[in-house]
Amino acid sequence: MSVVQQKIEVARGATGGRSRRFTFTPTVTVYLALVALLVVGSVLVGVQGGVLLDQGGILNILTRSTVLGLVAVGQTIVIVAGSLDLSVAYLVGLCSLVAAETMAGSDGMMVPGVLLALGVAAVVGLVNGLVVTVLKVNAFIATLGVALILRGYLEENYTGPAGSVPRAFQHLGFDRIGPVPVGVLLMLLVAAAAWWYLRRTRGGYHTYAVGGDVDVARLSGVRTGRTIVIAHVLCAVAAGLAGVFLASRLGSGAPYVGTDAGYDLESIAAVVLGGAALAGGRGGVVGTIGGVLILATLDTIFDDLAVDPFFKDVVRGVVLIVAVALYARRKVSRRSA
Amino acid sequence: MTTPTTWRPRLADGTAPVLAVLAVLLVALAFTGPAYSEPTGYLALLKRAAPLVLLAIGQYFVIVSGGFDLSVGSLVTAEVVIAARLIDGQESATGWVIVLLLGFGLLVGLVNGLVTTKLLVPSFIVTLGMLLILDGAVFLWTGGAPRGALSPSFRVFGRGGVDLPVLGHLPWSVVILLVVLVAAVLFMRGGTGRTLVAVGDNEKAVRLAGGRVDRLKVLAFMLSGLLAALAAILLGGFAGVSAQVGQGLEFRAITAVVLGGVLLGGGRGSVVAAAAGALTLEALFSLLNLLGVSGALESAVQGVIIIAAVAYAALGVNTRLRLRRRAGTPEPAPRQ
Repeated sequence: MSVVQQKIEVARGATGGRSRRFTFTPTVTVYLALVALLVVGSVLVGVQGGVLLDQGGILNILTRSTVLGLVAVGQTIVIVAGSLDLSVAYLVGLCSLVAAETMAGSDGMMVPGVLLALGVAAVVGLVNGLVVTVLKVNAFIATLGVALILRGYLEENYTGPAGSVPRAFQHLGFDRIGPVPVGVLLMLLVAAAAWWYLRRTRGGYHTYAVGGDVDVARLSGVRTGRTIVIAHVLCAVAAGLAGVFLASRLGSGAPYVGTDAGYDLESIAAVVLGGAALAGGRGGVVGTIGGVLILATLDTIFDDLAVDPFFKDVVRGVVLIVAVALYARRKVSRRSA
Repeated sequence: MTTPTTWRPRLADGTAPVLAVLAVLLVALAFTGPAYSEPTGYLALLKRAAPLVLLAIGQYFVIVSGGFDLSVGSLVTAEVVIAARLIDGQESATGWVIVLLLGFGLLVGLVNGLVTTKLLVPSFIVTLGMLLILDGAVFLWTGGAPRGALSPSFRVFGRGGVDLPVLGHLPWSVVILLVVLVAAVLFMRGGTGRTLVAVGDNEKAVRLAGGRVDRLKVLAFMLSGLLAALAAILLGGFAGVSAQVGQGLEFRAITAVVLGGVLLGGGRGSVVAAAAGALTLEALFSLLNLLGVSGALESAVQGVIIIAAVAYAALGVNTRLRLRRRAGTPEPAPRQ
């Protein structure tokens, strides 16, 4: 739906949109906000005698956004489809364990470990999707339930880190190609793939249609159930990749690595910050990456300024509410215009 | 909505299943635990469950009007930490601190409600932001570890009770719980409560009919905040001061409400069922405990149960409608 809307807007802008030369889509807004944040942050850090955007600073921001970026890109797909996934945080931990325990330090098991972790993730995503579509359970409850089940499994079987990855596999977490870390490239690659899926394939257009209005989509001949299940599987696989990356970074699997960072709610926050509507049908990967970068930049600035870590949460909450309030305001003014 | 004179069903949709499950659980408890062979065991259960039931009732107001309140868990933590810090063991401070706590709960609810209705931010996001803000602010203020202590008279609400001639020892928390429950039922049966449910069912219709939708939604959030404050006072007395006291309570309360057959998205469900859902959850945990199921599996069981409960409700409604259609009766409009 929103793709169509945006197309219409583009057309309007090309023909007679003299009244507005430049449309502030949420995606544009979020990147403008990012630039503004970088400028303000640079000044603040500069006043204290530091430099925000030297090579180390940029690397810091990018590294911070890798894992959240992976999870949030997947979350974008489900949210666009009008669903949401609260199970990603435990899934990240589970996949890091599956990968690390399968590898168990041997080089030969690297590929099976990664594949098994992604396979587990896909199965969890499939369960999420089927519970939502076949059992008709509200996505909030369905994925919360699956999250609790995963949590029970993790708490029952693990008390701390387990498994170990071979040294060769740690290249994924620590190497750089030129100045850019491999992990960031992986994240951008996944983001590009998700962008391509959402914007360039039939499945992606169906995802927007289902998120916009599931009944209209069904009456138009879209297989809505299948679309939602695919969205959940893709989201889970992205979270699985995040788990695999974390296993490589930490050297072993950690059950609570995902929940400690709060990736479930944090990724939803990033997606919404990127201009997606929680009700579905609007949003995109590009905006989400902007949202992730804003959160990572905020973190980096606060670290450079040596701000109390708990203050970060407060600011994050305020930023989230203000951003969504701005988007909502814009939508209303457009509707009334 | 029907007029009060023809208001027939004593049990709203979805209340019967949860009451049946609760009854089964209570009987099972009587068979497994020797403590449950007399009323005191059940009173203890009720006392343990009181905070969650209060939270579930508060969450019910928000959910039935079409929203979410994710901030109650961190609000409970904030209230307990604030209470400990301000009272700091002084008996004389207890009275005004309790008033302040209730006021703070109302204030947080007011902010949630105003941002939701005036700035048009989805309540999921508002209360998620509020969760982050409260968590961060509390720890910022206390420097990471809660300090201070609660006074004995503050803890009386969570721990103490009154000795009655027939019933024996009646905990204060049970008394508070019953008072709140009766008040909530009366509220939901009054005009305001009915309109609140209608807001969750069809906001536009209520607005066109002249209902003050925004004011009702703000009221729902404020009630949720107030009850969270009350739950915090009970929890503080019962469990003491810690920074984890409210952790995960928001999801537990939502689980309880959903277990009571209340529809996420609003418009359907009764407050008694929501309270029964919370009690069921607590009874289930007690039973699992008695059966020797480890605490780790508790959350897994909770997960399976909420999925099953909602799936039952969703599929059940569909099947019922289909059966009615097949029987040839005209489809009745969904009733409250």
